[in-house]
Amino acid sequence: MKVLVCIKRVPETGARITLTADEQEIDTSFLGFTISPHEECAVEEALRIAGGETTVLTLGPAAAEEQLRNALAMGIGSAILLETDGREWGPEATARAIADAVREGGFDLLLFGNESADSGGYQVGIRVAHLLGLPCVTGIKGIDFADGAATVRREVGGGWEIFDVSLPAVLTVKEGINLPRYPSLPGRIKAKKAEITRVDPEWVAGGLEKVRLVVPQEEASQVEILGEGAAAAPRLVEVLKEIGVA
Amino acid sequence: MILVLVEPGELSFEALALARRLGEPVEALVFGADGAGLGVSKAYVVEHERLDAYAPEAWAAALVELVERLQPEAVVAAGSDRGQEVMAHVAARLDAPLAANCVDVQPGNPYVVTRQRWGGSLLEEARLSGAVKLLTVAPHTIAAEAAGDGATVTVEPFTPSLGEDDLRVRVARREEPEAGTVSLAEARVVVGGGRGVGSAEGFAVLEELAQLLGGAVGGSRVVTNLGWRPHHDQVGQTGARIAPDLYIACGISGAIQHIVGCKAAKRILAINSDRNAPIVARADYAVIGDLHEILPALVAELRR
Repeated sequence: MKVLVCIKRVPETGARITLTADEQEIDTSFLGFTISPHEECAVEEALRIAGGETTVLTLGPAAAEEQLRNALAMGIGSAILLETDGREWGPEATARAIADAVREGGFDLLLFGNESADSGGYQVGIRVAHLLGLPCVTGIKGIDFADGAATVRREVGGGWEIFDVSLPAVLTVKEGINLPRYPSLPGRIKAKKAEITRVDPEWVAGGLEKVRLVVPQEEASQVEILGEGAAAAPRLVEVLKEIGVA
Repeated sequence: MILVLVEPGELSFEALALARRLGEPVEALVFGADGAGLGVSKAYVVEHERLDAYAPEAWAAALVELVERLQPEAVVAAGSDRGQEVMAHVAARLDAPLAANCVDVQPGNPYVVTRQRWGGSLLEEARLSGAVKLLTVAPHTIAAEAAGDGATVTVEPFTPSLGEDDLRVRVARREEPEAGTVSLAEARVVVGGGRGVGSAEGFAVLEELAQLLGGAVGGSRVVTNLGWRPHHDQVGQTGARIAPDLYIACGISGAIQHIVGCKAAKRILAINSDRNAPIVARADYAVIGDLHEILPALVAELRR
C-alpha cells in the first residue's frame, strides 16, 4: 500500500506566546519547531500500516526540511517539500498545491492531522479530498484494513462511530490513535543524507485575509488560597458545598 | 438572511446566538430534531430515508443545496466535530473560505472575524469575504441565549437531492459508551491529574474523588503520553475541551496547551505543591501542598 502523510512545521510555544512587532506572526526567535501533534501521530500510523510504501509531504519554508527529516528518521521512505517563501499559506492554496503535487502519485491512502496546532482551520485534508474526488473521514482514532477498504473509528461522547471507507481515501487523524516512536540513531543518520524532492507550488490569492494576531488578555488572578496540606480539607468541603457540587 | 446548521446538542445554540448578532432573519437547516424551540423564523427539517445515520458529505450537500436556493449572506455552524467537518466540505464544494472557531464577528462586507488559533491561546483578526460567508463558532465562547420566547415561526420539511457519492462516507455502526460512565465533555465536575500524580496507581484517589462528586477523571498530555491514563482522558488542545462547573486540577502545572482545554470551566480549583505554578494564577481556588495528602483528607472529609 502506498501511503502519503502530510505534516506541518509549527513552533514549540512555551507558557506564553509573543508576537512580532507587526503582529502578523509569532516571534519564533527563541523557539524550536516541531511537527504538529496530530500529524506526528499520522506519521506513526503510516509506519504501522504493514508493507507500506511511505512518503511524507509538507508545504512550508526551506527550514521545514527539518520536520521532513524528523519523519524520515522515524522511518518514512521518501519526502516532498512544497517550498514557499515563508509567508503563510491559507487552507485553499495549501490544499490546491498538495492536490496538484500528489494527483499522479498513485497513493492508496492520504493521511493528515485533524487540524494543525497553529492555524487550526480544520479543512486542508477535506479540501484535498474534494479536489481529488476521494472520500474523507476526519478525527480518526483507529484504522483497520481488509480487502481494499478501511474501517475507521472516531470517538464521540465516550463512544465510537465506525465508518467503512473504500480506498483510495483521505483520513485525518487525531492524537491518541497511537504513541509516536522516537527516531532511532541509524534512522537519524539515514535521514540526514536522504534526498528530498523539492517542488515550487503555485501561490493562489484569496481566502481568509489575516489582519493581525492578538494574544488574549489574561484575566487578573483572583485566586483564593484555601489553605495548605491536609488541614485545608474542611474548608475545601465548605467551598465544594457553596459551589453546589458536593 | 443568516442560515444556521443545527445538529443535536447544546453547541448549536451558540451558533444560533452568534447568527442573531449578524442580522435578521435567521433560518436553520435542522438534522436530527424537529426544529421547534430554535427561535428562528424558519426551520428546514431534513427528512431523508438514507440520513438515519450521520453522513458528512450528505449534510454538506444538503447545506449547499439550500445555500444555492436561498442565497444566505452567511452560514454558521457550531464548532463541534460535525460542525467543523460539514462546513469544511461545504467550503470545498463552494470553493469559498471558511473561518473556523470564531469567537466574535463584526458584520459588514467583508465580515471582520476574530477566530481562535492554537486552540484559543492566540486570536486572529481576519477579513472574511465572498458571496456566502462560512464560519463555525468556537465552543464555549458565546453564551447560548434564546431569542424571545424561543419559538420557531415556520417549520418546513426539506428533502435534499443526494447522489451515491454524498453517501459513500456514512456511519456504519456505533459503539455506545459503557453505561454509568460520565463523559469528560458533559461532566459537571472533572478531577484532572498531571505529572504531580506520580504514577498510574496514583490516580486511584482522583477516581475516588470523582466518583464521590459524580464527576469524571481527566489528565494532562504528559499523563496520557506516559500511559498513566488512556488518551481519551486528555484535557487540552489535542484532547477534550471541557466546560464543567468545577475543574479540580491536581498536580498540573498549567501549560498553555492544557489551559485552553479547561478554561471554559466555571471554576478551577488547583491542588499543587508549587504556589507559583501557572495553574494557580488561573484558578479561582487553590490548596498548596502534596496532593497525595490533600486528596485522601478531602475524600475522608466528604465521607463524614
